[in-house]
Amino acid sequence: MSAKLASTLDKPAKKGLLFEGADWDFKTIQRIFDAVEEIGVGELGLSVYPNQIEVITAEQMLDAYSSIGMPLFYKHWSFGKHFAAHESSYRKGMRGLAYEIVINSNPCISYIMEENTATMQTLVIAHAAFGHNHFFKNNYLFQQWTDADGILDYLEFAKTYISECEERYGHGPVEQLLDAAHALMSQAVHRYPRKMHPDLRSEELRERERRLYEEQMYNDLWRTVPTKEPTQVDGADLSRRRSLLQLPQENLLYFMEKSAPRLAPWQRECLRIVRQIAQYFYPQGQTKVMNEGCATFVHYKIMTRLHETGQLSDGDMLEFLRSHTNVVYQPNYNEPHYSGINPYALGFAMMCDIERICTDPTDEDREWFPEIAGKGDAMAVLRDIWANYRDESFILQFLSPHLMRNLKLFHVIDDDEDPELAVEAIHDERGYRRVRRALARQYDVAWLDPDIQIVDVDLAGDRRLILHHNVLNRIVLDETDARRSLQHLADLWGYDVLMKEIDPESGAILKEHTASARRRFT
Amino acid sequence: MYIVDRRLNPGGKSLANRQRFLRRAKALVKRAVRDSSRERSIKDLDAGGEVSIPVDGVREPRFRRSSGGGHRDYVLPGNKDYVEGETIPRPPGGAGGGGSQGSPDGEGEDDFRFALTHEEFVDLFLEDLELPDLAKRKLATTEHVSWRRAGFSVTGSPANLALTRTMRNSLSRRIALRRPRPEAIAALEAEIAELELTGDDPLRLEEAQTEIARLRKRVNAIPWIDPIDLRYRRSEPYPRPVAQAVMFCLMDVSGSMTEHMKDLAKRFFTLLYLFLKRRYKHVEIVFIRHTHQASEVDEETFFYSTETGGTVVSTALEEMRRVVAQRFNPEEWNIYAAQASDGDNTSSDASRTATLLTQEILPACQYFAYLEVGREDDPSPMGFGYRQSDLWRTYDICREAGAQIAMRKVRHRRDIYPVFRELFQKKGAGKAQAASPA
Repeated sequence: MSAKLASTLDKPAKKGLLFEGADWDFKTIQRIFDAVEEIGVGELGLSVYPNQIEVITAEQMLDAYSSIGMPLFYKHWSFGKHFAAHESSYRKGMRGLAYEIVINSNPCISYIMEENTATMQTLVIAHAAFGHNHFFKNNYLFQQWTDADGILDYLEFAKTYISECEERYGHGPVEQLLDAAHALMSQAVHRYPRKMHPDLRSEELRERERRLYEEQMYNDLWRTVPTKEPTQVDGADLSRRRSLLQLPQENLLYFMEKSAPRLAPWQRECLRIVRQIAQYFYPQGQTKVMNEGCATFVHYKIMTRLHETGQLSDGDMLEFLRSHTNVVYQPNYNEPHYSGINPYALGFAMMCDIERICTDPTDEDREWFPEIAGKGDAMAVLRDIWANYRDESFILQFLSPHLMRNLKLFHVIDDDEDPELAVEAIHDERGYRRVRRALARQYDVAWLDPDIQIVDVDLAGDRRLILHHNVLNRIVLDETDARRSLQHLADLWGYDVLMKEIDPESGAILKEHTASARRRFT
Repeated sequence: MYIVDRRLNPGGKSLANRQRFLRRAKALVKRAVRDSSRERSIKDLDAGGEVSIPVDGVREPRFRRSSGGGHRDYVLPGNKDYVEGETIPRPPGGAGGGGSQGSPDGEGEDDFRFALTHEEFVDLFLEDLELPDLAKRKLATTEHVSWRRAGFSVTGSPANLALTRTMRNSLSRRIALRRPRPEAIAALEAEIAELELTGDDPLRLEEAQTEIARLRKRVNAIPWIDPIDLRYRRSEPYPRPVAQAVMFCLMDVSGSMTEHMKDLAKRFFTLLYLFLKRRYKHVEIVFIRHTHQASEVDEETFFYSTETGGTVVSTALEEMRRVVAQRFNPEEWNIYAAQASDGDNTSSDASRTATLLTQEILPACQYFAYLEVGREDDPSPMGFGYRQSDLWRTYDICREAGAQIAMRKVRHRRDIYPVFRELFQKKGAGKAQAASPA
């Protein structure tokens, strides 16, 4: 052991300490950044957006908190409420502030707090400016759904637009509109990429190819074949209407923006702004474990390397390890601190486990992960995983029996029709796959957000909007919140709204909610 | 990589959000402020602080699954002794297997707690209240001289140099006088150097040299900045009215006044002080206590030292008259007075008190409030048939004769604030209302 330790310490060329003590200045930050970059880009092979590091005070950190971490945001009372809540618990010492906030933009902006020690700044730069940054730039979900180049400009536009609306139409109407939009925000994302509308040139090209093909295949005989009389189908009208309105539609705000009959153009634009922002945050909810796991793994690697190369003193390393272990601590289910699975802990453990499988696999690993076991280059494997998975698929694919045993994961079923809870599976040979599937399921989008769709509109009659909630596992919506949110939807739509909660297995309607418009936006 | 130092950026970016939030939750916050003021000691009332409002009023709804019922899966870490197929008795409270469904944002709790600043607290606390009798007479004002900007002048101190204006003048003068531009001279110099080097056009060289000599002379003759360009920011004095107020606290400290009564009086005085401070930049307080003789004292003595003696109210009024005459000219000061007493007065003093009050004190005062404090455990009803105290009867007669005097009775701590509000409500507050006790 000691020989191994000595060899790792001797191998890298010794470099001078980056800093001594807790104090730092901008030169120190620059030195730290250069050293971290050398390891992150040079050794770990990360590919990042250019970085912009902003030093802020605790007060400004609280400000950033309340506007969901964005540097600029439109004004709304709910952010003031969050600010008040954060501030009050922070002042009482009930909770500390995050060490950093990082924004998925190009250049990637990381906030670091002035109170942090030099060690903590190193940790934060490694974590945010390289870990998160790499993930934002390379993960397919972020590439597909977010526009890192344009987000800051868009927020600037949104802020100006909404404050202009407030000036022109008054605070009250804008506030009511935003209230309604925020209530529907979690149902305001496109979950699947829409069909791209072809432009005129490619349309024309396709048309020409089709004609050529028809000419080639022309056979006069076909003309003589008798055909059936076209029969009028009853559902044709319905399906035509539904396709015109793009129904069924799960993006409620999109539907309101495009089809609500009584909204003014500025109201549609505001809905669009809220919708775009919801869409921008959509990947973050699906990649929490991976994103934090990636950043934590990267900072751990970089800090260890800095220590090995003598750029970080032993004392600073201990300080780092202390906050690192705090971050990746996973209490057991029966401990008082337990509040669900810690994404930092799970993500970091999985990344380390994958590294182990790549470099030092057991027979079990070879059997479970033949494609990566013993591959050697762990960073290449991890980079590939970071780019191409989200939480659900990542866990389903890479949670190893070894880690399940370490975490002692087990699966419990709580069914209100049974008198007792049942242990469905535990971390043993019979249970690995079932535990893993159940855990992955919990990170599935369909599991996280209720599946609510607009299915029909009675256009010819009273214009009533009909929604379905496809109930999962017989868990219906929270009554009070559903009623209030539906009220907001009805206000936007301008007419009555009906929501049925349907059990897709039996087709039974479990619950119905209705709301009538209060004519607020007309 | 860029490092940007944002620490010096103006803070309070979410101030606008906070104001929107307070506006939204105004009714709730106001009620919370009133409630919390009841629990607080009067000293802390000024300090702002934490209030809690029912979360229902500021709820942000969204479609989410309910926390009970249905079929639920939990994957939990830390299994020690369960095996597959085992059953676990349902833990009380419903949530399965210890997997607590933590509610986000603390919603689901009954109360939303947050801190108000001092200004916000006092504003909400004293909202809808108004100083009475502001219109009764001309506001006493003193003229204070202050300065405001008034254009530019050609003389002034260097600190007031208006740089932009000066440079603009300088530029226009240079253009008007055709001062040669440095670039023109530089170009000519380059040309001369070139010609000297090649030496193939001596005629042009000579021409250029005369030209450059002429330009240089001109540059020297026309300065870059001339004293006539200089402009200074000018300020001029203007008289500014400053409203100032003095508050007289009069209190009976004879033996019949218990600690409880003094506490009631103190609360009332504090409220009045808070209120005045919000309206006036300068508020002075004069404390006058009396038994059978009166004296002006400091606050500590006023509230806490004990004194024995009889009760002669007119002495306090006399003392107040003296102080007013000495230090607070009614033409310059807004005078407010509040008197607290248990109502005892030597019967022979009644007529003198009434005369002093109506002839001397009230004409000088903006507002005079009389607060009669009673014992908390006094069983006798305050309403009909209640025997009025000596002082109350004296003042009541004055009031019926048309004197502007506000009178209230208070027995319990919780009545102080309602009584105070009643006295200062926005409409019709100036007229002393029906003297029915609160």
